[in-house]
Amino acid sequence: MTATLLEFWNGLPEDFRIPVLILLKIVAILVPLMLSVAYLTFAERKIIGYMQIRIGPQRVGPRGWLQPIADALKLLLKEIIVPANANRFLFLLAPVLSIGPALAAWSVMPFGHGMVLANVDAGLLFLLALTSMGVYGVIIAGWASNSKYAFLGAMRSAAQMVAYEIAMGFALVGALMAGGSLNLGKIVLAQQGGVLHWFWLPLLPLFFIYFISGVAETNRAPFDVAEGESEIVAGFHVEYSGMAFAVFFLAEYANMILISTLAAVLFLGGWLSPFEGTGWQAYVNWVPGTVWLLLKAAGFLFLFLWFRATFPRYRYDQIMRLGWKVFIPITIVWLFLEGFAILFHLQPWFA
Amino acid sequence: MTFELFIFYLFAAVLVFAALRVVTVRNPVHAVLFLVLAFFSSAALWLLLEAEFLALVLVLVYVGAVMVLFLFVVMMLDINVAVLREGFTRYLPVGLLVGLAIVAEMGLVLVRYFVLPPGSAPKPVGPDFSNTRMLGDLLYTHYVYPFEIAAAILLVAIVAAIALTLRRRPGTKHQDPAAQIAVRRRDRVRLVRMDAEKKPE
Repeated sequence: MTATLLEFWNGLPEDFRIPVLILLKIVAILVPLMLSVAYLTFAERKIIGYMQIRIGPQRVGPRGWLQPIADALKLLLKEIIVPANANRFLFLLAPVLSIGPALAAWSVMPFGHGMVLANVDAGLLFLLALTSMGVYGVIIAGWASNSKYAFLGAMRSAAQMVAYEIAMGFALVGALMAGGSLNLGKIVLAQQGGVLHWFWLPLLPLFFIYFISGVAETNRAPFDVAEGESEIVAGFHVEYSGMAFAVFFLAEYANMILISTLAAVLFLGGWLSPFEGTGWQAYVNWVPGTVWLLLKAAGFLFLFLWFRATFPRYRYDQIMRLGWKVFIPITIVWLFLEGFAILFHLQPWFA
Repeated sequence: MTFELFIFYLFAAVLVFAALRVVTVRNPVHAVLFLVLAFFSSAALWLLLEAEFLALVLVLVYVGAVMVLFLFVVMMLDINVAVLREGFTRYLPVGLLVGLAIVAEMGLVLVRYFVLPPGSAPKPVGPDFSNTRMLGDLLYTHYVYPFEIAAAILLVAIVAAIALTLRRRPGTKHQDPAAQIAVRRRDRVRLVRMDAEKKPE
């Protein structure tokens, strides 16, 4: 049976096989991603619930496990309301512009040795370019809604994203200097040799700045002034309902997962095992690399939720000060130091 | 027509359309968004030329940062189109002159390819060729002085722009973040020990 299927498949023309294979790979990335987004919302409600000594959702399905499915169904069935004086085309385009980069960025993410959809030479630059485009969804949503709250949210978000993107870009420059490549797979391979060889140690300030900028870039608490429930209701997506809102929601959570996975890839050795170089490695050889990557990413995702449950929202001017006057100078100084470390071949990272 | 050629014509058509709309559309916000589309399409064309680094930097710098700031400013403007129209005939000669000069310049560049006999097309390089590395090599060896002069000019511009906004006005209630961070609990809170109930006397 499998032999005949394989024969049939090999008989097909190559122009047909390659696009089908690529499409199948895209599905293999996006379906688990969407499921992760759904269950990340569940995890968020449960974890924050327990942190606040509540139980969280528990009614739908056993122990609440079907809650995200119920939420998705509800959002699918709700009506999309377009405000009377809104710019209809841009209003509906904004969620698409928001989720497009959030999904496209996954095309260069390495899940294991050679396990990558597009092994692009300038993968890191591609990621940076795509994540910088996510802000258009927010700005256009705020402007097209023709609503004051939405517009305020969009303005805040635009200023914040531009500020933190620079710090984030510098942190990524640090990672690419250490890895000696713009290719994400090569950056991971440059970190081989155990926990102390990963880039979190030589690039410690950049690692922290990258993750904090990532939280700011995804508009998550404590940097969620673009939504700011208590000040401007829901910020840029206040006028959105139903599936249009759900797409924004999907984009935000997909971006959170992206930032977490990228932090794991750039600073925590990606798919490499943490027991490398120790006696324990023999016992965990059977674990596939992707599992390590996902565990590391899950750790960062937990931090996202922990932040939200712990910190009060930053004031707007404090956010701007932190981005421009603290993070950017620190990254520049550390890039200088790293340049010297590379020049003098500081062992064991810059051989 | 190969698939690559099809993609080229598709993005070229989008680019020309978007560029035309930038100058013809009435709403300034729409014009900025069309400019974004134009940048994006030209980045796609650069990708077809195998200039990945430049294409991605175009998206990163122009689409991701410069145009966001543009949009930021344009959205907050309250533009009265009627007032802008008033000077149309007065500025028309100057505008035409500038436009003609630009067309002539672009024409001079293009004429080379249409009038002169075509040279051999550059050969596509293999997948191992690193565009980024070549660009870096060239920029930091052959063009290092122009590059650093440009950097110095930009630095001066940054310093000047910041100096323009630095004003010390007396009497404003500025916060001192360093003092805020350095604050300790005993500066703000006084813990008082009290019994839960009042003791009977």
